[in-house]
Amino acid sequence: MNKPHIHPSPGAARAARLFWALPVLTLSLTTGAGAMHIAEGYLPQTWAFGWMAACLPFLGVGLRSIARKTAGEPKAKVLLAMCGAFAFVLSALKIPSLATGSCSHPTGVGLGAILFGPAATAVLGLIVLLFQALLLGHGGITTLGANVFSMAIVGPLVSWGVYRLLRRVKASPAVAVFCAAALGDLLTYVTTSLQLGVVYGNTAGYLAIFAATQIPLAIAEGLLTVVVFNVLEKYSKTELQALSVL
Amino acid sequence: MKLWQKNVILLLLVVLIAFVPLFLLRDAEFGGADGMAEELITESDPDYEPWFQPIFEPASGEVESLLFALQAAIGSGVVCFILGRMTAPGRKDHGN
Repeated sequence: MNKPHIHPSPGAARAARLFWALPVLTLSLTTGAGAMHIAEGYLPQTWAFGWMAACLPFLGVGLRSIARKTAGEPKAKVLLAMCGAFAFVLSALKIPSLATGSCSHPTGVGLGAILFGPAATAVLGLIVLLFQALLLGHGGITTLGANVFSMAIVGPLVSWGVYRLLRRVKASPAVAVFCAAALGDLLTYVTTSLQLGVVYGNTAGYLAIFAATQIPLAIAEGLLTVVVFNVLEKYSKTELQALSVL
Repeated sequence: MKLWQKNVILLLLVVLIAFVPLFLLRDAEFGGADGMAEELITESDPDYEPWFQPIFEPASGEVESLLFALQAAIGSGVVCFILGRMTAPGRKDHGN
C-alpha cells in the first residue's frame, strides 16, 4: 500500500481510501440477464399467498421495532437508512460464482440484522424486493411473500442469532459479523431451495443451484459487511452501544 | 494495522472472489441461478405455466443492466454519503 503524497484533510483522505472500491465494484459487476429469487408466477397460488400471510406478522413487528428504535434518535435513523442502502447495493451486484459457473447476488441484509435486529430488517428487505419486483422484473409480486420470507426474515434471523451467539462466547466483533452475514446470506438461498423443493420436489437440485452458487458470494458478503462494520465500530461506537451491538 | 489497510485488504479479497471465476471457469456461461431454477421447474413439471407475468419487464438486457446499475449507484451513494459524514473530521464523537 503506497502512502499518498498529499494529505488534504486526514478525514477526507481516510474516507476516500476506505470507500473507493465500493462504487468501482458496483459499476463493474452489474451485468444484465438472469438474476436470483423465485421468478414471477413460479409458485402455485396457495403457496404464493401462504408465504405472504407468513410474512405479515414479522413486518408488523418490524414496523413497531423501527418506530421504537428510531424515536428521538436521529443517528439511529441515519444508520437504519444506511443499512437499507447497503442491502440495495449488495442485492444489485450479480457476481460470478466459482462453485457453479453461474451468477447470483448477495442479500446485504446481515448488516441491518446485526444493528437493528431481524424484525426491523424484514421491512428493509421488503423495500428492496419490492423495488426489484416492480422495476426490474426480478423476483415478482406473486412470489414476493416467499422471497421476503427467505431474504428478509430467515436470512436476518440467522444473521442476528449468529452474531449474538458468537459475541456471547467472546468472539471478536469482526469474526462475529463475518459469520453472521455470510451464514445469513447462505441460509437465505437454502430457504429459497426448500421453498421450491416443497412444491416441485427435487430439493437437492435446487440446493445444488442456489445454495452452491451462493457459497463464494456469502463469503464476499461477509467480508463487505465487515468492511462497513469496521468503520462503524471506530466512528459510531456510541450509536452501536446504544443499539447494544457492542 | 490501520483501519483503511484492513479494509482495502478485505475489499481486494472480494474483488478476487468475484473475478477469479471468470479466469478459472473459461467455459461457464455465468447465467443467472434463477434461470437455471426455472429450467429445473419446467423439467420436473413440464406442464407448469407461470400464472402471472411481470407487470413491467425491462425491454432488453441493456435496459435491465441500466436499472441494476442505478440501484447499486443509489445504494452506494447513500452508504458512502453517510459513512463520509460519519468519518469527517470535526465531529465531536470522532473516533481515535
